Amino acid sequence: MKIHEYQAKELFRACGIPTPDGAVATTLAEAQAAAQKLGLPIVIKAQVHVGGRGKAGGVKVVTDPKQVVPVAEKILALTIKDLPVRKVLVTPAANIAKEVYLSILLDRGARKVVFIGCADGGVEIEETAKTAPEKILRLECSAKELANLPKDKLLPFAGKLFSDASQANQAADIMAKMGKLFLEKDCSLVEINPLIVDDKGQVIALDAKVLLDDNALYRHPELVTLRDMDSEDADELNAKEVGLSFIRLEGSIGCMVNGAGLAMATMDTIKHFGGAPANFLDVGGSSDPKKVVAAFKYILKDPAIKVILINIFGGITRCDDIARGILASLKELTVPVPIVIRLIGTNEAEGRALLKGTDLIPAETLEQGATKAAAIGAKS
Amino acid sequence: MSILINADTKVIVQGITGRDGSFHTGQMIEYGTKVVGGVTPGKGGQTILDRPIFNSVAEAVAATGADVSVMYVPAKFAKAAMLDAANSNIKMLVAITEGVPTLDVLEAYEALTAKGIRLIGPNCPGLITPGQCKIGIMPGPIHKPGNIGVISRSGTLTYEIVKELTDANLGQSTCIGIGGDPVIGSKFIDLLPLFEADKDTKAVVMVGEIGGQDEVFAAEYVKTKMTKPVIGFMAGLTAPKGKRMGHAGAIVGGEDDTAASKIAKLEAAGIPVAHVISEVAKLVKARVA
Repeated sequence: MKIHEYQAKELFRACGIPTPDGAVATTLAEAQAAAQKLGLPIVIKAQVHVGGRGKAGGVKVVTDPKQVVPVAEKILALTIKDLPVRKVLVTPAANIAKEVYLSILLDRGARKVVFIGCADGGVEIEETAKTAPEKILRLECSAKELANLPKDKLLPFAGKLFSDASQANQAADIMAKMGKLFLEKDCSLVEINPLIVDDKGQVIALDAKVLLDDNALYRHPELVTLRDMDSEDADELNAKEVGLSFIRLEGSIGCMVNGAGLAMATMDTIKHFGGAPANFLDVGGSSDPKKVVAAFKYILKDPAIKVILINIFGGITRCDDIARGILASLKELTVPVPIVIRLIGTNEAEGRALLKGTDLIPAETLEQGATKAAAIGAKS
Repeated sequence: MSILINADTKVIVQGITGRDGSFHTGQMIEYGTKVVGGVTPGKGGQTILDRPIFNSVAEAVAATGADVSVMYVPAKFAKAAMLDAANSNIKMLVAITEGVPTLDVLEAYEALTAKGIRLIGPNCPGLITPGQCKIGIMPGPIHKPGNIGVISRSGTLTYEIVKELTDANLGQSTCIGIGGDPVIGSKFIDLLPLFEADKDTKAVVMVGEIGGQDEVFAAEYVKTKMTKPVIGFMAGLTAPKGKRMGHAGAIVGGEDDTAASKIAKLEAAGIPVAHVISEVAKLVKARVA
């Protein structure tokens, strides 16, 4: 789960990572009030869940009091990479003597938690990793030591980012706190870009980015409330509540599949045969017929749907339960489009028997089903 | 003719008294797997499906000589169950459970590895040596004994590909679902050498998907170290960027972890990649005389 910079900075403050004051504003009046309280110069920063805000004009320094409202207005009117800006963070402008990149993240390849550092701050780290990999510093940690990272492990790394001993010491302190935050809140990324030294020699997190592990949200109810409902698809979230994985796409062929890998392969196969999938939908491993009804509802919300392809390979999922769910859906809902169905695996004979007499279009294989669905989807 | 498990493998089930655990224990016994007991803390001394229940994995191993534990406990209790396994002399832990917090997996992986215990999963269907031993939730009848190894990050997609192989009269030596999470105990590159060394495996099918770089590292290994043919399949060509596609680990972060980029790297390493499932068997047959 993504959270905004202003929310990440609240987590930073709570665990003692130094970061500038700030106030979040959704209206021009709030932005104006925040600027007056903090005193100019200020920075107004768009709060959206995408990178590259600065390049898109979403981060501006304001020195002239007359410019606060027009600048805030401009940023609040922006749409950055399809996401409308609804909130800005107003924060004092810092005097930057030096800036570096620092993060802690899960390295799935190494199966370790690692600190990543780069003495060039404020840059796009992925770019640097490609063009100048020798500039990227790494420090691996085990899950066990995160709660209490020893300073002698962190200092040599911090020393490579900051030659000044006091600054290196402050950075090592920040790293220990990042490790603790990473562990306590079940993060997958805590990133500070840039981490700066101000004109008083203080090391400060000027930006903050935190990603949270969705699998661990059940033990952090306080973090779930940070979710920005405006930048998420409500259907995708609601589907999750009933145990479905659902993602809306652009095409015309609705998909209902059991298993995430097979759901992706089904979409790919539709594309291979000239069709366009309208969604990713994994009904999950269990066999509750109610989930099938819910799945139909989400698929049919999309007016672009011309046909639905159901592809079930029964394992834990039983084909007769899926068939019962389909029958219930046909009874409860109006399904205005043809359904192509491929049903195989556990209890397939029972499932097929239940569906006898319906006008579902049967397919023996995924490829046959995808071909049939693509042919119907291609008709206008 | 297999890797990791065979007809002699003795299995215990963590979470044997739960709904999923007891159901799949029954299925495994029916397939012929030597299930010798189960673990449910607090229910030690009782029996289920004529098998003894123990309070801990260590007790179960001491009493039964089990080699492998398969875990069906809910995600909230998975870390405790995995650490319990790490505190025993079991040889391998197969974690079926989906939705385990990543840091829990990481800590358990560290503890298991320190004891030399192999972890398969979590969030996986398990593994099967057809006709000998089934550990997990895959449907038994679609498999057939033979010489093709299968390694996959998926569940039902693996069944689809296995059925394709079986229908084409290509039996399997061992099929392993390694799991769809960001951190898993055994990756492609950890298992390919076992198939390379197994005299009865003639070719390996590698089923990958979007997210991470495991397939790319595996391709490098195949190119430089492996003599047996490897055939690939990658799911997620149509997956949008930045969206978690069901599996916690299936998310396109950058340009390198898309299906298209992986297919290109596999093909560059000399691994033929099937574009639809029906091509898998054809590509295997073309390389296995």
